[in-house]
Amino acid sequence: MNFYFVKSELERGSLLLLFLLGTLAVVGNISPAHAEYGDLVLNQHAEKEGMPPVIFPHWFHRIRFRCKVCHADLGFKFKAGGSGINMLKIIDGQYCGACHNGEIAWSVENCDLCHTGKDGLKTQVDGSTLSKLVVPVKDKNKKPR
Amino acid sequence: MKSLFRKYLCHKLSVVALTSIFIVSMQMSFAGDPNSFNRLMKKKAERNLPPARDGIHDPEAEGTNTLQPPKEAFSNLVKSKSGNYVDWVKSLREGKIHPRYDRLDPKAKPIIMDLNIVREVKGSMPDVVFPHAQHTEWLDCSNCHPAIFIPRKGANQISMASILLGRKCGVCHGKVAFPITAKTCRICHSKPKLTKVRNKKHVGK
Ligand code: HEC
Ligand code: HEC
Ligand code: HEC
Ligand code: HEC
Ligand code: HEC
Ligand code: HEC
Repeated sequence: MNFYFVKSELERGSLLLLFLLGTLAVVGNISPAHAEYGDLVLNQHAEKEGMPPVIFPHWFHRIRFRCKVCHADLGFKFKAGGSGINMLKIIDGQYCGACHNGEIAWSVENCDLCHTGKDGLKTQVDGSTLSKLVVPVKDKNKKPR
Repeated sequence: MKSLFRKYLCHKLSVVALTSIFIVSMQMSFAGDPNSFNRLMKKKAERNLPPARDGIHDPEAEGTNTLQPPKEAFSNLVKSKSGNYVDWVKSLREGKIHPRYDRLDPKAKPIIMDLNIVREVKGSMPDVVFPHAQHTEWLDCSNCHPAIFIPRKGANQISMASILLGRKCGVCHGKVAFPITAKTCRICHSKPKLTKVRNKKHVGK
């Protein structure tokens, strides 16, 4: 009996090791995953308040609306996290809530369609040119905008 | 009987151990080579990955698999070589997409201004042509004027470094509008230099 225990324990251990090393080998060599160009992570408050980060897909929305609708009419800033969006503003019909109100698009009770991000993501725009540079750029005449 | 089992077990274990050593050494030969072919260039990522595999959506979340995969949406659009791999200007002009200009009214038409601004560029690169037409098809004047650009030809200092840092043209290009890559330089730098002939004479002297 004692013997059987040793066998399964040892074997299970090394099989697990083998499996882990195998996955490492595979994961290490496939091409890296990357988000669609222009996808935004919005996570200034969400995770702190116990909800997963929000992912906003630009590509999906620009098929349906010109930039002007959101960035001029609805007042979204050209900066992820810059407009100070929160749930109260959304249910009051501002920002995402101007459309996600059950009239133009599905309504806010569908929490899981917006809050789909992995834990720990930073508020940012994905796939940006800046994030892909090998060496960071320096601007000699440091003038804002 | 006991020893027979033990032998069998030893055999199995050594097979497992040897395979592990083999895989570990393979790993090391990939990761540890100081002269790997590409030292700095990142591996090409797959294009237009579905949400569950794109690295930011949680594949376990309820909503993730309900979202549309970009490839499906882009299948009928005009292709390009960077960014979303979609030529948004052509897709719009050829009527493949119908983005609203007004939140509610699907028939509202944009006010398009057809004014090109040529910016002469130092050095060998062709001059930059900024087309108001393609921009006003998507944007409002107030998206650029006056916060990003003073509306007067030549009044703004623009450099490639500031664009790469996300200022001036880089507020949009490199984030949502087509990015800055070797495949896109000529979309902005589209006007051959007027001074070309003079430069040649200079060389001849
Ligand atoms: C449906 C609404 C919507 C549309 C349409 C839209 N955007 Fe956005 N955009 C957003 C939101 C939301 C943000 C983030 C704002 C915030 O977090 O405060 C954003 C942020 C941005 C940013 C800043 C990214 C960063 O962090 O640097 C840029 C640049 C941008 N948009 C460009 C565009 C362009 C160009 C278009 C048209 C092709 C466009 N957007 C269309 C909603 C929209
Ligand atoms: C249309 C998209 C959308 C939907 C639907 C949505 N949210 Fe949010 N939510 C956001 C955005 C955008 C933020 C701000 C993100 C940030 O920067 O943290 C946010 C923030 C939050 C926050 C943190 C800050 C705050 O305002 O309290 C909580 C908690 C939250 N959402 C819960 C929910 C719950 C619960 C639901 C469903 C009833 C829901 N959300 C549905 C977009 C959405
Ligand atoms: C100008 C209107 C508008 C605004 C503003 C807007 N959306 Fe949307 N959104 C839409 C429409 C229309 C759809 C498509 C709805 C449908 O399929 O019924 C949509 C769909 C989506 C989807 C699902 C995409 C898919 O794959 O089906 C997500 C996620 C989303 N919006 C998030 C957001 C978030 C987060 C915000 C705010 C930061 C926001 N939206 C602001 C109009 C808008
Ligand atoms: C995408 C950004 C953008 C948008 C949108 C935009 N402009 Fe411009 N505009 C520019 C740039 C860049 C210049 C050139 C400035 C320079 O050379 O320093 C310019 C220059 C101008 C000039 C000066 C022309 C001259 O010859 O001096 C006028 C006038 C102008 N814009 C008006 C408008 C109007 C009206 C709209 C809306 C219909 C508009 N712009 C929309 C970026 C924009
Ligand atoms: C406010 C956002 C914004 C700014 C700032 C901006 N652009 Fe654009 N630009 C766009 C959008 C959106 C398009 C449409 C194509 C796309 O999304 O890839 C576009 C398209 C273009 C095109 C036409 C591409 C074609 O296929 O015909 C050129 C050229 C261009 N931009 C050059 C510039 C230059 C040069 C500047 C700076 C002087 C600039 N842009 C600043 C948003 C912007
Ligand atoms: C979004 C449009 C855009 C794209 C894409 C672009 N440029 Fe530029 N570039 C500009 C503008 C605008 C200037 C400034 C012109 C001026 O001096 O007024 C500039 C200036 C330059 C200059 C002159 C030096 C300087 O920094 O002012 C060089 C060299 C240059 N670009 C190279 C490139 C190369 C190489 C690429 C492709 C990797 C590229 N550019 C892509 C818009 C662009």
